Parts: sequence; structure tokens; C-alpha cells
Amino acid sequence: MNVRTFEAWRGKPLDEVLYECRELLEDTTFPTVRRWRESGGKVVGHFQVYFPEEIVHAAGLLPFKVCGAPIAAVHAESRFGSYLCSILKTSLELALSKTIEFDMFVTHPICDAARNLGAVWGRNFPYPCQILYLPQNANSPAAVTYLRDEYARLQRSIETIAGRPVTEDDLRRSLAVYNRNRFLLRELYALKRTTPWLVSADEAYILMAIGGMIPREEHNELLETVLPQLKARPNKKQDKIRLVFEGGFCEQPPLDLIRAIARSCYVVDDDLLIGLRWILDEVPVDGDPLLNLARAYLDNSSYSPVQHDLRKPKEKMLIERIRNSQAEAAILTAAKMCEPGLEEQVAYLHALDKEGIPYFISEFEEKMTSFDHLEIQLETFVENILFN
Amino acid sequence: MSNGQQPDGIVGRGNREGADLFRQWFSELNRTAEQGGPSAYVFVMGSMCELLRTFDLPVVFPEINSLQMAVRRVAHEYLNQAEDYGYSPDICGYVKADVAVQLRGGEHPIGRIPKPSIAVLTNACNTYIKWGEIWERMYHIPVFTLDIPGTRAAGTQTWKGDPDFENDRRYVQAQISELIALCERVTGKRFDIDRLREVMGCANEMSRGWKRVLEFNKSRPSLFNALTDGTIYLGVANSFRGTPEGGRYFSNLVDEMAYKAARRIGTLTDEKYRLNFIGVPCYPIFRRFNELFTEWGGTFVHSTYLWFASGGTNLGFEYDLARPLESLAEGVLISVRDAMDSMFYQDRAILEMVDAFHLDGVVYHPIKSCRTTSTGMADNRRSLMAARDIPSLFIESDMMDRRVVGEAQMKNRIDAFFEGLASRKQQEAIAH
Repeated sequence: MNVRTFEAWRGKPLDEVLYECRELLEDTTFPTVRRWRESGGKVVGHFQVYFPEEIVHAAGLLPFKVCGAPIAAVHAESRFGSYLCSILKTSLELALSKTIEFDMFVTHPICDAARNLGAVWGRNFPYPCQILYLPQNANSPAAVTYLRDEYARLQRSIETIAGRPVTEDDLRRSLAVYNRNRFLLRELYALKRTTPWLVSADEAYILMAIGGMIPREEHNELLETVLPQLKARPNKKQDKIRLVFEGGFCEQPPLDLIRAIARSCYVVDDDLLIGLRWILDEVPVDGDPLLNLARAYLDNSSYSPVQHDLRKPKEKMLIERIRNSQAEAAILTAAKMCEPGLEEQVAYLHALDKEGIPYFISEFEEKMTSFDHLEIQLETFVENILFN
Repeated sequence: MSNGQQPDGIVGRGNREGADLFRQWFSELNRTAEQGGPSAYVFVMGSMCELLRTFDLPVVFPEINSLQMAVRRVAHEYLNQAEDYGYSPDICGYVKADVAVQLRGGEHPIGRIPKPSIAVLTNACNTYIKWGEIWERMYHIPVFTLDIPGTRAAGTQTWKGDPDFENDRRYVQAQISELIALCERVTGKRFDIDRLREVMGCANEMSRGWKRVLEFNKSRPSLFNALTDGTIYLGVANSFRGTPEGGRYFSNLVDEMAYKAARRIGTLTDEKYRLNFIGVPCYPIFRRFNELFTEWGGTFVHSTYLWFASGGTNLGFEYDLARPLESLAEGVLISVRDAMDSMFYQDRAILEMVDAFHLDGVVYHPIKSCRTTSTGMADNRRSLMAARDIPSLFIESDMMDRRVVGEAQMKNRIDAFFEGLASRKQQEAIAH
């Protein structure tokens, strides 16, 4: 399908483009999905963190990144117990309230809570809901072929929704689109690392995050237009410390929280929506596309608290992220009730203590609305670094 | 027998022998710790005892160690220590209690826990994986994640011969081969496939027995309490899996159940309400928690705990000893998958049990510590109640953390539940 879902930014100056992108990201009615459906398109929702969107894209469907929203879980609250992260509830709420209508939903065994989602969703909706079992023994030589065949299984389910087979050439075309997207997101992050005064943390986040809610071709066009304009900004470097934000791999902090951080710091790298940047380089388009995609997931990928890989001890990877971005400190945060995030915080803080890297610990929730207290604490933290 | 006496005190033998075996197992762990011998840290859902025993590795179940602390009412001391170390109050209490045990050099209320030489964990619970990472950092030991793909959607389990099942089985079998090589490296022993067959034979006897024992509780009155007696049986099912003692214990337990069933010897003198317990027990007030139900004549005739905490042994899967490695992969895949199903998709199974087990009600017990078992519970309950008119109770607390166990509030809810059950029975009696 060749449907344009987000046109408001076109032909506008940079500041207005960023404004339109922010408006879209904060619009909890998800108008791009509605437009896609109104054009007769079908939507496959996939929960955080990583999902091989290329397979859905190749079938002509819209992959939509389900990552909650700052809304009240009016209907979803009764489906869950008390001790749960917000993203799980608000994600289901989007579907129960019919804010977003899906044709299929896929979750992953990323954590004990999220792996329940497939069953909960399946009991509440008539369309197919399933778990994609991404391998959790990333170090087994058998994981690649297993994952290739698991992707093939997923492809069969998606073909049923699409009502047509997906060919290898379809997949190759989608890989090319997503490779271009990965390249552009790397460019955006390189800009953040090298010249963070040209793109603030919240601007970079907005530009990246809307990729999860519009067709990737549109996202590519947007980034291709905006990146040169960002690079040409006349902004001057300010006296802010450089830091890494860690803890945004699943539930997303409110945009205002990122903005609050950006007021006193340069966020030079982060793990926000890491699934969109999980694969670190181009996925080869020649050969078996599903095998290439599986290899890339396992062997050429980022890290997160929800993947165990002996090649990527998380605290070592965080220190690498800090060093590579020449950051002076880190914000170690976790979504409230997020077990993997909270557990990883302990490993991170002990590792950073050992390395003598200052860190700021916090928790957040997607529905937070007050950041004054946090901002004062953060400013104190920054001043301690600046004046010590 | 003719004078009405039990042969060799058969009634209650399972509990007595279970407690003895458990003490024996813990003493051996204590001895291993004192002597500095090797051990394997494992979990109840997919312990891989079959393989580890082939290498004579003593197995440590940190989940069992942790629950013992709660039952002995000292868990808070350990939880506080782990929280001081940096762990959030909002994560699994089992993990935190174990962290504190490790920080204390293995000191545990029952004895000393040996340090691990290897840890083997499955993905049946994601917290297992995060837990393993803690030991990896503390001890720099090999931590092996045996990844067992679960059911993709309700009612879509695949079986032998199906291409999707075969993809999963090949993956599991390949990992088992990798685990064998790792065990060889850790222990310095060569893998002996005949020894594996022996161990698997013992596991078969246990699986056969466990399945029968669970089925026996369809009897009226119920022969054992799934919450209290069941926890003892589970202890043996895990710590003695793959041993002759474990196999024999369950064969004896089947005999005990047969004896009691034939004579209608129930677990309660006056069984009024037959309940199914969904989730993990409330260990911080374990005895009292059970009494809140038994005082009303309620007994737990079944529990999903007996499914998932036995790693799916309830299915009674028996290994084909003629092709041990392939069969081990199949058995582990099918059993652990079932353990996961009993947490995520249990509504269908419970529905089928209502008549077979003559259930009067279902008690859901979500807990702060465990998102795996608790996240979908409210929705499972909603689904069950939509499908069948059966009373249910939903009470939240924890398996470790007494800070979130409110006995008085719990009692109020439980009393109201039983009053409802009583009224329902009266109305049914009037209608008939």
C-alpha cells in the first residue's frame, strides 16, 4: 500500500516540522493509524522492544509499535493486578478503547509481565494474538536457524492477515527500506553525540519515535529532509554536561521529562526505543532474507536489560556507550514496576561506582506530569559535577 | 488391615517421608557447602536435574531456599539487606532473599548453601535469567540459559511431527548438547549416556506418580490439600527428581492415595467446599493462610502451583530411554511449555476441572513478587467467570514480603467469600 499518513510537516521550516512531529507524537488518538485504516490498510501491533517489522511491511501491512501512552487505563485496569508497569495497561487500553484497531497483535517474552500480554490480548479480541519467541539463549549456535524458522512461522501468520503470500523479493525490498531507516537514525544519533547543541534530546526523540507509527518510507523522507536542516542550524554550544540516559528501552518517559533533562544537560546517547535501533548496521539483502534478519538480531545488535547475551554484559555495554559518546555521567532510570529495568539498575550503579562515573538514579512513569522536583535534583547533580 | 489398622502407617506417610527427604537433601547441601564442593543452581521450571545428576552435581534450588525463609518468618531480614544493596522493593522477593544469602556467604536459616559452580536456567520465568546474571557477576561462573519456546497463542500447541514443533525441538536438543559439553568442562567428567538413561528412568517413575497423585484428588473427600501437602510433594518432586528415592517416593505416594481413596479418608474431617488455588502460596503466613480456608471447611483440591512449580511434571511425560537425548528434548519442551501454559492460559484448563474435581470455587492469589504468575490472573478470572458460573476470590499479597500481607483484610475477604459459598449451597439445596 502506498498511503501517506503524515503530511502536516511537508514544505515547512524546521521549527514547524518539529512542532508537527511533536503534535503527532503527543496525539493519543493516533491519527496516522486511523488514516491508514481508512485507506483500507491493515495494522499489526507489536509490543516492545524489538520486532522484525520488515516481515509485516513486506506483506503491505502497517507495523505499529505498541509502547503505551500517557492515558488512563479505564478498561484495562480490571484485566491486571496491582503491581504492574503502566505500559502494559495503557497498551491494552489503546485496543480496548478502540483508539487503535488492530488486525493482529504480537508480543515477546521480554519480561514476566509482557509475556502474559499475548494471552490477555487473545482473550479480549477475536483477531490473532501471539507471542514471537525471540531466542533467549543468544549464545547458542542453534539460535540463528531457530529464529529464522520462527520468523517463517510469523510470516505465515502475517500472510493470512494480508491475504497474500510474501515473496523473498518483497522481503528484500522491505529490508532495503529499513536499512535506509537504520542509516538515517544512526545519522541522527551521530549528530546528537558529536554536536548535541544542534539537536536537543527531546527533538531527537520525537524524530525517532514517530517512526513507530508511520510507514517507514514516510519516516525516511522526513529524516532525509530534516537531518541536513539540523546540521545547518546556527546554534552555539552551551556549558552543559554530556550524559547518557539509560532505562528507556520499554516504557517511555513522558516527553516533558526528556525536555526537562535537556534543559540542563546534553543527552549524547540513550536507550530510548532501542528496538528501533536494535540492529546496528545494514541487513544484507542478498541470500535468505529471514536468515539475514535473524543473524542481524543476534550478532549485530544493541543491548538491553531484556536480552541475556554473554557477548554483551550490560554494565560493560553501558560503560562503552558512555565512553563512546564522551559522556561525563549517566542517568540510570527505570519505569516504575519494571522488573528488568530495576534489576539492571543495581548492576549499573555498582559498575559505574567502580569506574568512578557519576550517575543520577530515578524512576519514571509514562503518565507523570510533574517534573519540578526531579529537575531540581538533576540540576544539583549537574552542579556537583560542574563545580567539583 | 483386618483390625482396621493402617499398613505401616500409610496415611500421612507422604508428608513424613517428604519432610525426611527434604531434611536429608538440605543436610547434603550443607555438607557440600562445608566441604567446598561443586553445585549447580537450578530452578523449579526446567531444572534439568536429569542431566546434572548424570554428572553427580548436587542441585540447589534458590526458589526453595527463599520460600523457606518466608515460612520461617525471617524473610524480611534478607529482603532488607538486598534492598540496602540497591534492589528495589518492587522486584521479586525470591531474588532479593537469595542475594542476601549470597552476600552472607551462603548463610541460610536451615544451614549453609554451597556456592554455585554452574547455573542452569530456563526462560519459563524471565526473572530466572536476570537472577542468573547476578550469580554471573558475583561468582563468574558459567550460566546456561536453556531457551524453551512456549505456546504462541492459546490452544495452538504443536506436537511431534509438526514442522513448528520440530523447529523448537531441534533448538532445545542442540542446547542440551551444548549443556552436556559445558557440564563436562565444569565437572571434568565424561558424559555417560547410560547413566543418563538411569536418571531418566527414575524421573519417569516420578512423573508417572505425580500425574496419578494429582488425579486422585478428584476423590470426594479430597485426599490431600494441594496447598499444604502439595508443597511438601513439590519439594520432593524438585529436589529428588531423577533419583531412585524420588521415584520411589511418588510410587509410595500413589499407594497412599489409593489406600485413602478406597477408604474415603479425606484431608479434612468435614469437607464442605472444594477449591482450586491459582498462583503461589502466601508463605509469610503459610499455616494461617491455609487455616483461613480450612476453618470454613474449605480445602484446596488442586492448584496451578502443582503444575508450574513442578516444571510441568504433572503431564506425566515419560522419556523414551531408547533415544534419550531426543526424548529429553521433547520432554523438557513439552513439560516446561505446559508449566508456562498453566500460568498464561490456565482459564481453559480450570474450566475443564470444575466438574472433574467437583469444584465449588476458585481462589486467585496474585502476588507482588511474581509478574509471571500474576499479570494475567485477573483476566484469566474474568474469562473463567464469563464461561462458567463459578464463584471466585481474588486476593493479593506476596510469597515473601510480609509488608504487603494484610491478614485482617485477607480474612475479611475470605470470610465474605465463604459466606457467599454457603448462601449459594443453601439456595441450590432449596432449588432441589
